[in-house]
Amino acid sequence: MSAPSQSQGPIVRWIDERLPIFTFMHHEMHEYPTPKNLNYWWNFGSLAGIVLVIMIATGIFLAMNYTPHVDMAFNSVERIMRDVNYGWLIRYVHMNGASMFFLVVYIHIFRGLYYGSYKPPRELLWWLGLVILLLMMATAFMGYVLPWGQMSFWGATVITNLFSAIPGVGEPIVTWLWGGFAVDNPTLQRFFSLHYLLPFVIVGVVVLHLVALHTHGSNNPLGIDAKSDKDTIPFHPYYTVKDSFGLAVFLILYMAFVFYAPNALGEAENYVPANPLQTPAEIVPEWYLLPFYAILRSIPDKLGGVIAMFGAIFVLFLLPWLDSSKVRSAKFRPIYKQVFWIFLADCVVLGWAGAQKPEGSALLIGQLATAYYFFHLLILLPLLGKFEKTRPLPQSISEPVLKS
Amino acid sequence: MTDTAHGHGEEGETRRDFLALAGAALGAAGAGLAIWPLIDSMNPSKDVLALSSIEVDIKPIALGQRITVKWRGKPVFIDHRTPEQISKASATPMADLKDPQADKARVKKPEWLVMVGVCTHLGCVPLGQKVGQPRGDYGGWFCPCHGSHYDTSGRIRKGPAPKNLEVPAYSFLNDTTLRIG
Repeated sequence: MSAPSQSQGPIVRWIDERLPIFTFMHHEMHEYPTPKNLNYWWNFGSLAGIVLVIMIATGIFLAMNYTPHVDMAFNSVERIMRDVNYGWLIRYVHMNGASMFFLVVYIHIFRGLYYGSYKPPRELLWWLGLVILLLMMATAFMGYVLPWGQMSFWGATVITNLFSAIPGVGEPIVTWLWGGFAVDNPTLQRFFSLHYLLPFVIVGVVVLHLVALHTHGSNNPLGIDAKSDKDTIPFHPYYTVKDSFGLAVFLILYMAFVFYAPNALGEAENYVPANPLQTPAEIVPEWYLLPFYAILRSIPDKLGGVIAMFGAIFVLFLLPWLDSSKVRSAKFRPIYKQVFWIFLADCVVLGWAGAQKPEGSALLIGQLATAYYFFHLLILLPLLGKFEKTRPLPQSISEPVLKS
Repeated sequence: MTDTAHGHGEEGETRRDFLALAGAALGAAGAGLAIWPLIDSMNPSKDVLALSSIEVDIKPIALGQRITVKWRGKPVFIDHRTPEQISKASATPMADLKDPQADKARVKKPEWLVMVGVCTHLGCVPLGQKVGQPRGDYGGWFCPCHGSHYDTSGRIRKGPAPKNLEVPAYSFLNDTTLRIG
């Protein structure tokens, strides 16, 4: 296929000579050489990008009707639900979109873990992804505060209080975060401002993520580099079609939640207006933060718990060096292939423990799962790289296909 | 331009480096100073600080009754303690306490215990103010969020909270009026 400057009309050519936007798009989205063996687990990156666009689009329209004030926020959200034309739809798409965003991104991350996508030369690509995850968590947390229900208020109180664990400067930092002596109107207004800002910061980091991705191209299920043209196919139409089909399947799930179970993933308690004098019987974060909440609560010390929780994400930044195995894909790593699933199960157990009251056997299970989380990343992976006998890698991506 | 135009022949490079470094340092300091108003604008404003004291009529609070008032956006617990609660609190040996503090040091009049009703762990409001609510293993307050137990002096006895419930600045204006803040 030829570049647009030859094949397109005079207007496109005129623009492209002055601003090569069409050449750029052709290069990066059309002819972009992509490994020909990508499976459906490679759909989740583009899905995450699409959900980000949906979140920003619905968020802009919600902001037109939302009032960030402690006396009016709750009622303005109820007005969106009852009076604003299609307000209910826009809000449910946005609300469930947060859950879908995390679901898609978590699958995307575990795909990277299974196929070793974080290994050289993709360490910075992995880091940028983790930065996006952190920004998503901050954005989701602040967005959850905006409806000013009971869970909004007490979630904000508990999470901002995490910073009071910092020795010495903790209290002034928390007062600064609040803009007062408790979570109150100044807190709500700054959270609204930042909740609007951060998604655009995420867009910026996504662009960097894509630049880093396109520098070396996608990893693939075999985890070996594409060696010749025989190993790759152009992104369009092959992967645009595959991504579109995946998107359609994903939208079935997403819209099933939006239309048939819009509140299934939320807390009923958040439809009670915020009351600063009464803590709900149980404070639980949204499901996508539960594993980290379980880690926080499994350490019986305030500062220790906070360090463990942030450490759980920080160690992921070290993963390209902790996992010392030269082989990327779990396909050729018989032991890693099994411990990967144990690690995934461990994260699910952490999520379960985060939803329980922190006492008795649930607390103990949470503590064991926390210990295993760090054991897997800090001890098991470095050891596996030394002692695991990996299977022989194929010569090229095409080889296993052509042989059979 | 020739080197002599900078004044020092081949050492002109050094002088230019110095100017560049000094300029960059001044620029960084200026940027830092310019950012401070933005950072400080997030601290509590004057109108928030102005709401920092309240007066409470404590005459209607019966012996053994606990009431909650709102101060600086936070709940303040006022507990009209019974003699048993006071003796239990003052009889506790210091060695049993995670954050050792004598009961005497936490009250102005032993029968009136005044504390900020915010758990020192992660900021929930502990239960125990209302009749029928759990008061924990030590007869004081119990935080439902992460299971901290406070005694009848509001001191942490069990659970993840690191400190005793905070005692705010307060004074008795007369026998029936309490001023907090």
